[in-house]
Amino acid sequence: MANVRLVQGNEACALGALKAGAYNFFGYPITPSTEIAEHMAEMMPKCGARFVQMEDEIASIGAVIGAAATGRKAFTATSGPGFSLMQEAIGFAAIDEVPCVVVDVQRMGPCTGLPTLSAQGDIQQARFGSHGDHAIIALAPSSVMETYYMTIQCFNLAEKYRTPVILLLDEEIGHLRERFDVDPDEEVEIINRKQPTCAPEDYLPYENTEDDVPAMAYWGKGYRYHMTGLTHNQKGYYSSVLPEVDAFNRRLTRKIEGHIDEFWESEDFFVDDCDYLFIAYGSVARTAQEAMEELRAEGIKVGLLRPKTIWPINEAKIKKACEGKKAVIVPELNLGQYAREIERVIGKPVEKVTRVDSELVLVEECVDKVKEVLK
Amino acid sequence: MKPEYEKYFRNNLPHIWCAGCGHGIVMSAWARAVNQLGLDKDQCVAISGIGCSSRITGYIDMHTMNTTHGRALTFATGVKMARPDLNVFVFSGDGDGTAIGGNHFIHACRRNIDMTVVLMNNNIYGMTGGQFSPMTPFGKKATTCPYGSIDRSFDMAELAKGAGATFVARSDIFHAKHLTDMIVAGFNHKGFSIIEAVSSCPISYGRRNGTPDPRDMMDNIKEMCVMKAAYDKLSDEEKANKIPIGILQQIDDAPEYTSEYEKLVERVQGGAK
Ligand SMILES: Cc1ncc(C[n+]2csc(CCOP(=O)(O)OP(=O)(O)O)c2C)c(N)n1
Ligand code: SF4
Repeated sequence: MANVRLVQGNEACALGALKAGAYNFFGYPITPSTEIAEHMAEMMPKCGARFVQMEDEIASIGAVIGAAATGRKAFTATSGPGFSLMQEAIGFAAIDEVPCVVVDVQRMGPCTGLPTLSAQGDIQQARFGSHGDHAIIALAPSSVMETYYMTIQCFNLAEKYRTPVILLLDEEIGHLRERFDVDPDEEVEIINRKQPTCAPEDYLPYENTEDDVPAMAYWGKGYRYHMTGLTHNQKGYYSSVLPEVDAFNRRLTRKIEGHIDEFWESEDFFVDDCDYLFIAYGSVARTAQEAMEELRAEGIKVGLLRPKTIWPINEAKIKKACEGKKAVIVPELNLGQYAREIERVIGKPVEKVTRVDSELVLVEECVDKVKEVLK
Repeated sequence: MKPEYEKYFRNNLPHIWCAGCGHGIVMSAWARAVNQLGLDKDQCVAISGIGCSSRITGYIDMHTMNTTHGRALTFATGVKMARPDLNVFVFSGDGDGTAIGGNHFIHACRRNIDMTVVLMNNNIYGMTGGQFSPMTPFGKKATTCPYGSIDRSFDMAELAKGAGATFVARSDIFHAKHLTDMIVAGFNHKGFSIIEAVSSCPISYGRRNGTPDPRDMMDNIKEMCVMKAAYDKLSDEEKANKIPIGILQQIDDAPEYTSEYEKLVERVQGGAK
């Protein structure tokens, strides 16, 4: 009981980052993510870690990648406008396979939008915001406690797959205060990037390894190599040799999408025992869950699949879950950004419950939608 | 190349630079400086942005990063805050450093984090084929100002001074030995050091501005660049077509960022609230 207290989602994220071993935070204030920076500014010096407020979000993500390249765990936190500014460098982290974490506490857009109000409008940006082809991992928590553990998981996945990982909070979760029951000294799994076992002169920082993830040497230990945003060969030097470019670009996607079963997670409620299936994430999944309970109490067989891993999408899992359902309903705080992806995967239309007026999707809107399609 | 500083390069030359490009001279001046300083390559980092100048990091045998256009200083800040024990060099071009990277440039000057920046100024965007940069002189031609530039240009050294840089120097590819000295002095300065290296781009700049021959460009640089002490004695009229080289500003008592951070950690961990 001693550990139980009320904690805000953004604070849980900050605590999770420290637990994961974050050594560097670089950021620029933006609502509704600012509390994360404020918590880091307060806590990091106490743990001997380093917080820097940068001149903008482009600088923040650049510094994060620089710090992470040396071997440290580094992250930043922002919201839509800042997330847009970071996209070019996120591509750098992807092509140079630099483990790092970007927290995006989503707010209403486009542009400045409604800074203090909730939305889930960055779902597609998280996947396709940076140019070129590369896969990305994005997670979305639905509660404050989950935000803590998912933040740790983001760092672990970043290290394991040598990739930028996006934590997609929505304002609702970022600013939510709820019961937080975590023992700060609890043992959690911490993953660190794989180290080379060969001699420095044989080291290939972008090697086509069997598991698709090359070892990434800490700096200062004899393994000097080049990082470039240009397409490169296994040594890291610029290459335009066709088979090399092709193999490299395909590996960038395969190392994540080809290994999806190792890390993809969802929370399932009655998925196999329902006629109507909600697919919902983040704060909206809580609403969908309530609607599901209400409808089931009335004898209507409703289920919920809550992807915790938003990207990549688990096509096999989603397809199987949707098979034979009378309807699939996707409520979200945008005009159907994830619904579009579900439709692509299952090859038929889904029912949407959308809101872009900064209000949350209501339980009765979800209930009404099911009753409407039921007729 | 002299064997004593060949060890600072990877054996992946030839480089991409055109014959007559000034950037190679900057690179060897830098290598001489590193050799003089006797640095351990494994404890050194070289970071650049994008441009012909920024390609330098591909040739250097250190921990190197050829980052995104204009952002080298942000990556370098991250590296230094992650590993203050590493020596950090940054290479940039006039476009990379003062146009797209201008905001990072002034804030890096202000923040005073210990690193040595060499900004290779060839007054043009070389890599993209000769568009004007914020350092293209008024009236000069480029592909995007075919009738002569009507943009006023930056004096990078004045910009850095104004932004509070604690070590500002300038040298050039004619005075290559002096350039080495400036890089050594910049490295030895504890704080943010910026050295403008006046370079040349005969291909994208010279050809459009009456000096397609690299030797003419070199003669012009020799004429134009005057030691600061001599420059200060010139009349305003004589100064018109000259620029001073040497150390232009040095402030030794300004707080350096990583040291300040360490003090902050001590203060906070010492129980202060
Ligand atoms: C975001 C972005 N915008 C534009 C470019 C195109 N670009 C590449 S290099 C360059 C100019 C480089 O000029 P400078 O820094 O002066 O270096 P130089 O090539 O003259 O050495 C430009 C505009 C780019 N790579 N990225
Ligand atoms: S275009 Fe100009 S700056 Fe680029 S390599 Fe050629 S001469 Fe040098």
